[in-house]
Amino acid sequence: MQIKGFRWAALVLPLGVMACAASDGTKTKTASALPAKVETKTTAAKVEAPFASTYKAYPGVPTVIKNVTIFDGEGGRVDNGTVFFKDGKVSAVGGPMRDAELPAEATIIDGTGKFVSPGIIDVHSHLGVYASPAVEANSDGNEATSPTTPEVWAEHSVWPQDPGFSRALTNGGITSLQILPGSANLMGGRSVTLKNVYARTVQGMKFPGAPYGFKMACGENPKRVYGSKGRIPSTRMGNLAVNRQTWIKAQEYRKKRDSGKEFSRDIGMETLAGVLDGDILVHNHCYRADEMAQVLDMAKEFGYKVTAFHHAVESYKIGDLLKANDVCSAVWADWWGFKLEAYDAIPENAALLQKAGACVIIHSDDENQIQRLNQEAAKAMADGRRMGIDISEAEAMRWLTYNPAKAMGIEKMTGSLKAGKMADIVLWNGNPFSVYSRPAMVWIDGALLYDAADPARRPVSDFELGQPGEGDVK
Amino acid sequence: MKRSKLTHSLLSLAITLVLSPLVLSQSVQARTTAITGGKVVIGDGSDPVDGGTVIIRDGNVIAAGANIAVPAGADVVDATGKWVTPGIFAGFSRLGLSEVDAVSGTNDTSASGSNFNAGLDIAPAIDPFRTAFAVNRAAGVTRAVVAPDAGGNMFAGQGAIADLGSDANPVTKASAFQFVEFGEGGARRAGGSRSASHLTFRAMLREAQDYSVGKVAFDDQLLRAEDAKALLPVLRGQTQLLVHVEGANDILRVMELKRDFPALKLVLVGASEGWRVADKIAAAGVPVIASALNDLPEAFEKLGATQSNIGRMKNAGVKVAIGMIDDRDAHQLRYSVQYAGNLVSLGNVPRASGLSWNDAFAAITSGPAEIMGMGAQLGSLKPGRKADVVIWDGDPLELSSEAETVYIDGVRQPLDNRQARLRERYRTPTEGALPKAYDR
Repeated sequence: MQIKGFRWAALVLPLGVMACAASDGTKTKTASALPAKVETKTTAAKVEAPFASTYKAYPGVPTVIKNVTIFDGEGGRVDNGTVFFKDGKVSAVGGPMRDAELPAEATIIDGTGKFVSPGIIDVHSHLGVYASPAVEANSDGNEATSPTTPEVWAEHSVWPQDPGFSRALTNGGITSLQILPGSANLMGGRSVTLKNVYARTVQGMKFPGAPYGFKMACGENPKRVYGSKGRIPSTRMGNLAVNRQTWIKAQEYRKKRDSGKEFSRDIGMETLAGVLDGDILVHNHCYRADEMAQVLDMAKEFGYKVTAFHHAVESYKIGDLLKANDVCSAVWADWWGFKLEAYDAIPENAALLQKAGACVIIHSDDENQIQRLNQEAAKAMADGRRMGIDISEAEAMRWLTYNPAKAMGIEKMTGSLKAGKMADIVLWNGNPFSVYSRPAMVWIDGALLYDAADPARRPVSDFELGQPGEGDVK
Repeated sequence: MKRSKLTHSLLSLAITLVLSPLVLSQSVQARTTAITGGKVVIGDGSDPVDGGTVIIRDGNVIAAGANIAVPAGADVVDATGKWVTPGIFAGFSRLGLSEVDAVSGTNDTSASGSNFNAGLDIAPAIDPFRTAFAVNRAAGVTRAVVAPDAGGNMFAGQGAIADLGSDANPVTKASAFQFVEFGEGGARRAGGSRSASHLTFRAMLREAQDYSVGKVAFDDQLLRAEDAKALLPVLRGQTQLLVHVEGANDILRVMELKRDFPALKLVLVGASEGWRVADKIAAAGVPVIASALNDLPEAFEKLGATQSNIGRMKNAGVKVAIGMIDDRDAHQLRYSVQYAGNLVSLGNVPRASGLSWNDAFAAITSGPAEIMGMGAQLGSLKPGRKADVVIWDGDPLELSSEAETVYIDGVRQPLDNRQARLRERYRTPTEGALPKAYDR
């Protein structure tokens, strides 16, 4: 049975889809291909970040949206409100203004009957690393050759022409997203945070100033992938053992790094040391409540913080523990039953977490549902209401904007409609918590990058150029 | 006239205790039930009727709509302020075939290790005690097309129509259709090329023909007797052939099979690029069960995928319904309403083609029933249809709405399920006087 959109996070790992040597028999050059002067030994405590972002905001015009309902992304709602943005930044958000008060320089959009929200942010995406078409040649999300591959970086797999980015923008209002490696490995590698703006290079999409994330995975996937190869881990206790051994090495590396003496660079250890420094945020795929509790203890043992548990279908069983540890849960509204560790999933997971005061994020892990995160939040909110947990729409919007921004360490720059923040904005043609609403316009850093009414403001990736349906409404 | 509240607590308790279906049918079906005051949706594409009435007797709909008298002695269910509709008919699914997909012992979707193919019959694998029955029933899903998944052969076997009732007899109609893979999946199974899938298909049907006339030369290289028996009614047009196909060229080539096998009753399943050849599908009179929201080129046979596919096919005159094609097909049939609602919202997107609300709702009720040749029995609230009726607290396509009361074959259904039990146990996550394991 094929389940659409399930990559590694969810289900069966086809062992044949392993990253392996090129099938055409060519050998890749390794050391000899390196430039002559790469420093592999250093005394520098921290190495300057390579592969720097070259993203530049596209030009926009000063814009006012008036007579519109505003969800500010931090729990606020303004009816009949006004949003003004210019130079890529939010200038003002507030109540009704008389036309005479509106800035003369601005393009005025009448938002009557429409809604404005911050750009939607997906904390868990594999766009680019498991790009469409989902053929083996595009299967770049899991370096499933060792249970710990902290040395890999998702950005080195991201294909910036994935058609999925355009669907996420036009149907989902996605303006920023974190691309994670898959969950075959206990330690899957670094994530990368992108602006959802097509570019010729991945560097051109990288969110400037976003910290790195680090993907870890609990449970079934790592033990199945490696156990089936006769390697550790083949059990959950093996999972923890390999993790702990690796953290000990990371602590030793960090000590060496900070000693001021010459040491050999190790890019995997650099990432792990970055986690221990608190510079790289841990995003841990973990379904079961008991396993999350063990991961929290492991994090205490080695002195790092788990920023968010992803999938986290059993978070509702330990909302108190998650709140006490200040850990977000990035969840689906209602996925269940695809694997045993997802057996106890319930649709009230998000609402119960909200009630417990814990941080909730609605995530996709899916190239289709990333186009409807607003609807997933609407379902989760409605399921909460039915059990007596009354969550306002304005509060639920936080699950899609501010909370994922916080978990990605970009909440000071985006994720809510506050003066001075990036003008990452969605104008919805109706209430975004209704099935009948769609994005009408999407701005990223104040640049209009989608306009439902303008075919020229609909991105078409290289892959789709000259193909059937090029530029179609998708 | 007896009145009973929506919360039929005694009755639902009795059903929860799983009384035998015989006892239930005697105690419930002898009665007449009148659901009054609600916004009634017939499900055939007609406009909803405010303040309508639905009369149920002996498991069937007797009448539905405006100005219908409530028979004397009927149990009256007041649905004022609610919506009353036919139950959702999942147009394509693997309902009851899997408890946990990745736990192979619970997953009967495909028989990849079997030497049989077209002869495989999914009916005995449809297990009404699997959790997906209760979870989707609680969300207003009452019927489903249940198809086997293809294993090693392009022919997957015989599918069924099932109901989601809380009883031990899920199959409404066994051997309702044959399911076959063409396109990329068919080519892969037939030997790596579409040339192989087309030849294999022709050869298998001819072998079935040979078998039927008792040819000594019957060559069972491809077919065993049981497979041949299952293909004969397909060949003769007595059983529908559901063909999974996505790309425009594959659709055209599959429809051409009727030149050599004119009796074939084809139904296209998937058809992501159907819009590109919609006029030809319409001209051929071939109905389509399509994915609603596929809009990515996830395979090269879906390069033209768009959410406007269904709307464009409908506009071209194709009979079309919504199915869950390889899309959480064993567990999330409850997405049907959300998918239909998304096609309605497309109507507000310039250059897109969606469905009207009435047509969208028909695409998940009467549409699948009619395509499966059971429109006279299932899928709407027209008189004589099986009384699969759902009372919703609001617009059934809207994300905030809930199915409050569900009847299947006129029997009021329990809506409890494992997820609801977990929710109640963890309403407060911390332990009380005893561990959670004692909290029931």
